[in-house]
Amino acid sequence: MHLSPDEIIFWQYGFFKLNATIVFTWGIMLILAVGATLITRKLSIGLQRARWQNVLEIVVLAVEEQIEDVGLANPRRYLSFLATLVLFLATAALCTIIPGYQPPTGSLSTTVALALCVFVAVPFFGIRERGLGSYLRSYAQPTIIMLPFNIISEISRTLALAVRLFGNMMSGTMIIAILLTITPFIFPIVMMALGLLTGMVQAYIFFILATVYIAAATRVRTAETAMAQNQ
Amino acid sequence: MLVDWFTVAAQVVNFVILVWLLKRFLYQPILRAIDAREQRIARSLADAAAKETEAETERDAFRRKNEAFDQQRAALLDRAADEAKAERQRLLDEARQAAEVLRAKQQEALQREQQSLNDEVARRTRAEVFAIARKALNDLSGTSLEAHMSEIFVERLRALDDEARQRFAGTLKTSAHPVRVRSAFELTPEQRDGIQAALNETLAADVQVRFETAPEVIAGIELTTDGQKIAWSIADYLRSLENSVGELLTKRAEPEAKAETPQQSGPAAAPGEAP
Repeated sequence: MHLSPDEIIFWQYGFFKLNATIVFTWGIMLILAVGATLITRKLSIGLQRARWQNVLEIVVLAVEEQIEDVGLANPRRYLSFLATLVLFLATAALCTIIPGYQPPTGSLSTTVALALCVFVAVPFFGIRERGLGSYLRSYAQPTIIMLPFNIISEISRTLALAVRLFGNMMSGTMIIAILLTITPFIFPIVMMALGLLTGMVQAYIFFILATVYIAAATRVRTAETAMAQNQ
Repeated sequence: MLVDWFTVAAQVVNFVILVWLLKRFLYQPILRAIDAREQRIARSLADAAAKETEAETERDAFRRKNEAFDQQRAALLDRAADEAKAERQRLLDEARQAAEVLRAKQQEALQREQQSLNDEVARRTRAEVFAIARKALNDLSGTSLEAHMSEIFVERLRALDDEARQRFAGTLKTSAHPVRVRSAFELTPEQRDGIQAALNETLAADVQVRFETAPEVIAGIELTTDGQKIAWSIADYLRSLENSVGELLTKRAEPEAKAETPQQSGPAAAPGEAP
């Protein structure tokens, strides 16, 4: 019984190793990339379009709409990063119905990696929107005393992101594994359905939190501009 | 240790690669397709709006043309109706005039006919009257009447005034022919002698006389030389009477024609009246 797919190691050479997390991540990447390529190879711009194209359009437009709802003025600038988060997390959760599959999100390494990506992306987008000085000054708002608290908040929320996702995904697989050993065959299926729901919810939560963080980092600028315009 | 830092780094790299892959193969094509479709829809909507505007403009233009055409047609119809009315009036007038002329002509012809009929009647009446008179007088003329007539003739000869007598005598001298005495009946020798004596006495000369019998001299005696004539006969009376009656008839016919002329110009007042 492994607590994390990191522990399933297929190949190792010193520091480099090929564990289940990386392999399944590659599998998900392959599915997503090949699927996207196949579907977008012949896109229709007319009113008639293929079902898969329709599905992808719905997903992309829904994500775009969500980003806009949160308050980001130019959603297409953030779409690549945020929609990839959703698609990756949702696919990872969906694939739990495949026997023998270990979700890469059930590994704390993966969730930490994704949280680090968000941790980097928030200042990246903030600085790109507002400029370096303005972004750094936002840490000392409303007073300089708030600077350490802001920094702690930044780090702690990243940690929370990682642990929340890891805990939920790991618990899902763990519960199914435990139930499989003690109950008849029907009950784990119910739990698996619940796990699918939890996975989707977690994917949505992760995405929406990342969006809110980015929005918070970029939106101050508009508030400042509005104030400057008022003065 | 739950966090394997190599795996963390690998996953970060994996995620960044995934972001790039999906951006390259998913988001960009899909968004381009969506944008293209939206543009196409917007374009077709704009086209439809433009076409609608054009159609409305054309419909308005067509409606205007139609109205103008209707008005023109109504005007043409009105004009045609007016012209037809005028033409009808003209034709009616022409027909009426023609009818009037015809009527006038007919009336004139009728009047002429009536006139000639009247004339004929008058002429024939006159002729009949005189024929009857002649016949009656012819029948009446007998010996006693003849004797009486020769007496009257002699009296007339003697009663000639001097001027007539001179003229008569002059004529007799120059003339080579003898004096002709024509009578409707055979004069008895006494009567001849009486006439001869009266002539001789009146003219104071021996006059050669030739006695002739002519039945057209109705109950009378007539004495003629070259250009001079002394006569007494009923035929003479009848002739003068005939002349005066004829004059009277012509005189009466002329005012009648004059009186009827104004009536001919006024038949328009009663066009229904049969001529």
